[in-house]
Amino acid sequence: MFADWPLLSLVIWTPILGGLAVLSANSESQKTVARGLALLFSILTFVLSIPLYTAFDTSTAAMQFVEGPIAWIPRFNIYYHLGVDGIAMPLILLTSFMTVLVVLAGWEVIKQRVAQYMAAFLIMEGLMIGVFASLDAALFYVYWEAMLIPMFLIIGIWGGPRRVYATLKFFIYTFFGSVFMLVALLYLHFQTGSFLIADFQNYHMGMTPQLLIFLAFLVAFAVKVPMWPVHTWLPDAHVEAPTGGSVILAAIMLKLGAYGFLRFSLPITPDASQELDWLMISLSLIAVVYVGFVALAQEDMKKLIAYSSIAHMGFVTLGFFIAWRIFDNTGSLSGAAMGIEGGIVQMVSHGFISGAMFLCVGVMYDRMHSRQISDYGGVANTMPTFAAFMVLFSMANTGLPGTSGFVGEFMVILSSFKANFWFAFLAATTLILGAAYTLWMVKRVIFGDVANERVAALEDINKREFLILGLLAVVVLLFGLWPAPLLDVMGPTVNNLLQHIMQSKL
Amino acid sequence: MNFEMPNFLPALPEIFILGMACVLLLIDLFLKQQERYLTYLFSLFTLLLVAVLTIYGYGGERLTTFNGTYVADSMSQILKLGVYFAVFVVFVYSKDYLRDRDMFKGEFYMLGLFGMLGMMIMISAHSLLTLYLGLELLSLSMYAMVAMQRGSTKASEAAMKYFVLGAIASGMLLYGMSMIYGATGTLNLDSIASHAATADKTLMAFGLVFLLVGVAFKLGAVPFHMWLPDVYQGAPTAVTLYIGSAPKIAAFALLVRLLGDGLLNLHDQWQSILIILAVLSMAVGNIVAIAQTNLKRMLAYSTISHVGFLLLGILTGTQSGFSSSMFYALTYVLMALGGFGMIMLISRKGFEGDLLDDFKGLNKRSPWYAFMMLILMFSMAGVPPFLGFWAKLAVLQEVIAADMIWLAVVAVVFSIIGVFYYLRVIKLMYFDEPDSEEQLECSTDMRLMISANALMVLGLGLFPGSLMAVCAAAFSAT
Repeated sequence: MFADWPLLSLVIWTPILGGLAVLSANSESQKTVARGLALLFSILTFVLSIPLYTAFDTSTAAMQFVEGPIAWIPRFNIYYHLGVDGIAMPLILLTSFMTVLVVLAGWEVIKQRVAQYMAAFLIMEGLMIGVFASLDAALFYVYWEAMLIPMFLIIGIWGGPRRVYATLKFFIYTFFGSVFMLVALLYLHFQTGSFLIADFQNYHMGMTPQLLIFLAFLVAFAVKVPMWPVHTWLPDAHVEAPTGGSVILAAIMLKLGAYGFLRFSLPITPDASQELDWLMISLSLIAVVYVGFVALAQEDMKKLIAYSSIAHMGFVTLGFFIAWRIFDNTGSLSGAAMGIEGGIVQMVSHGFISGAMFLCVGVMYDRMHSRQISDYGGVANTMPTFAAFMVLFSMANTGLPGTSGFVGEFMVILSSFKANFWFAFLAATTLILGAAYTLWMVKRVIFGDVANERVAALEDINKREFLILGLLAVVVLLFGLWPAPLLDVMGPTVNNLLQHIMQSKL
Repeated sequence: MNFEMPNFLPALPEIFILGMACVLLLIDLFLKQQERYLTYLFSLFTLLLVAVLTIYGYGGERLTTFNGTYVADSMSQILKLGVYFAVFVVFVYSKDYLRDRDMFKGEFYMLGLFGMLGMMIMISAHSLLTLYLGLELLSLSMYAMVAMQRGSTKASEAAMKYFVLGAIASGMLLYGMSMIYGATGTLNLDSIASHAATADKTLMAFGLVFLLVGVAFKLGAVPFHMWLPDVYQGAPTAVTLYIGSAPKIAAFALLVRLLGDGLLNLHDQWQSILIILAVLSMAVGNIVAIAQTNLKRMLAYSTISHVGFLLLGILTGTQSGFSSSMFYALTYVLMALGGFGMIMLISRKGFEGDLLDDFKGLNKRSPWYAFMMLILMFSMAGVPPFLGFWAKLAVLQEVIAADMIWLAVVAVVFSIIGVFYYLRVIKLMYFDEPDSEEQLECSTDMRLMISANALMVLGLGLFPGSLMAVCAAAFSAT
């Protein structure tokens, strides 16, 4: 029944137009209206995005739910052209799901300029989905950049004491990366006469242009992921952002960089990617090991989770760029496919888990107005239900089997054994490091004796918070125990991608 | 010697404006101060009429008249419409401002229309002499406008600077023109183009350099930009609005007529000069703007950086490069109108509103206008989906097509630096608390106009195809 609906356009434009509608309830007296409208539109978007999964054809790697191409800017051959494959579709669902939770999470917490807050998140949701669904590079770039505007405002208006510094750093860092991508895209447009990503992927070029284009893409995507050493904006942005902003940043915005590698870097410049895979693998392993140690030393819970995000995203990029080594060692694509699939599973799973972790910190921050680990202790005594959730998500963050965190990490470590023992060895240290920094934090915050009077006065989570964390717990366990649906969806797409990138374009 | 009657029809808009400006001068003489709004309405009416004349009076073919010194083509038609639009917006925005400061006099409108006549002549000029006449008519009107606020020492100082430096620039330009005339023996741009290949190379090169120095002065390209921030800051905001908007379109036309129509054969020589001017303009404009505390001055430096971008398209020397620059010029004018318009929106009697701090907490005082300013600032910074992004994209595309990727990289690096000071304005509006809770006071027409202005930047940013196609058509026809 959904076959002839423009589903993707609906999922992109419902939240954007809904956000504008929410803005109209801007006055102080209309706060409830603004919240209600925002929830309505976010749920509507999520409902509209469900058919993307149910009607998805898992037997093909072709783009589905295709819309257009409709001529948008004829002078530059720019089209409004949408479609999703097995990589983009799960990320769109992740986005629409997390936005509902973020709207709920900001329900009573945000008291200032509620309408603007809700509208910013809704508009950002539409723009992020647009990034995942664009098949035209110019359209992609418009969504990619426009997304910075609501995030800039979210951190800057509702953020913490150093919010201006953090948000300017965030904007300028990401803008810096993106403009180099713009130059690369314009070069590709000049060469191919088109802006369609598919045309870029089929364009053959020599090693030098490939390397330059790869590096231009790398700057853009590495900042977004973020990879070491261009990760420094992330801890600042996370610490200063309101809870909702942190959730969206960690759950979705970081995934955009990884998605960019899959959509642009690998298929457009496969030879350069292979040539420089040592660089990518090294940066990923540094992220896993070094940033893991950095996380261990954090005093601030949000900062700790931010560094843990960087380490987890290191797994994602590692899974993507070991493909050639595995192929050289084993001669089959299935091992390489596992690495990439593991990376994608990790992306989705990390979206849920990091979102959940930030929401947990948000719950405590709303009550205590502190994120310092040392201000807490023995929270389990006063907030038992909350402590159960927090422990569950922390376990998932360390990659406990049975949670979704395990599946992706396990697949990446397993496939990196086929590439090189030492890659696997270094990657596996995360099992220790991740457990160390996460569980140590849990031990200091949740367990032990009640640390002070303020902790003693804490109230357990209310129904709204229970609903948010409960939904996330269900999803985390579901994908941990039964990841097959996710793997089925992405299987053909990943195989197709691998076949494409294993052919030299020289 | 027989005298042939020239065909006046292609120049009908210019003749009409000349007549109307003189009529305006006479009418205004007999009006009392409280009837002065009639002058205002009369000038707006004139602009609407001349727009109709320009749209319907032009058949689509390229016509030259007055012995080849004047040309009407599709580029001139579109640019003139852009100029009318800009001047129309300037008049609407400045009404309240002028009234509050006892400057609501006929002179503003009369000078504005004569200046516009100068721009129209520049746009349609097809000989060095006509170009120069148009430019001088425009410049003299602007000198007088800057000095209009007689009580203000700042304005007098700005006018003095503007006049002296502008006169030097005109001298340079005239000197360059005389050399080119000496080398080719003609003032007509077409004949110059056909003689350029055989003319004395040294003389042509010297002429070209002087010509470009003169033009760079008028445009405000670095290193000939010194007058621009002082004049922008010193002049009354209404006049800054006028100087900062429509004349950029005319200056674009001046460059294209000179370099594209006349000296395209010397492309190799002027390209390298323009590269230096463009890179320096982007560098100085963007970096120095960071240090400003006065919004008018900041926008002045931002203008300098935009001029750098504008030159990028022209220096490719291709028709599509010119059309991209034309798109950039029109886009820039639309954004500049909005930017200076916002300053006038928040100003009151006795309060200029031109300091960056005056925008503090605007989101609390008026979310709608803060949002309008946000659109304008992000657009100037070149962030999609706003119009300014497409202008940058169009120009960069041409630079890359001309195989100068390094130049495109330099341009984007400076635009990253530039982003910072636009973001600072947004930071002040959205992240800071307001100093006063006073409501904005301004008339409905101003409110409507500035909203329309900013929404155009957004709307054309979402659908830039038609404006781009218009600019492309202007150059494919010739």
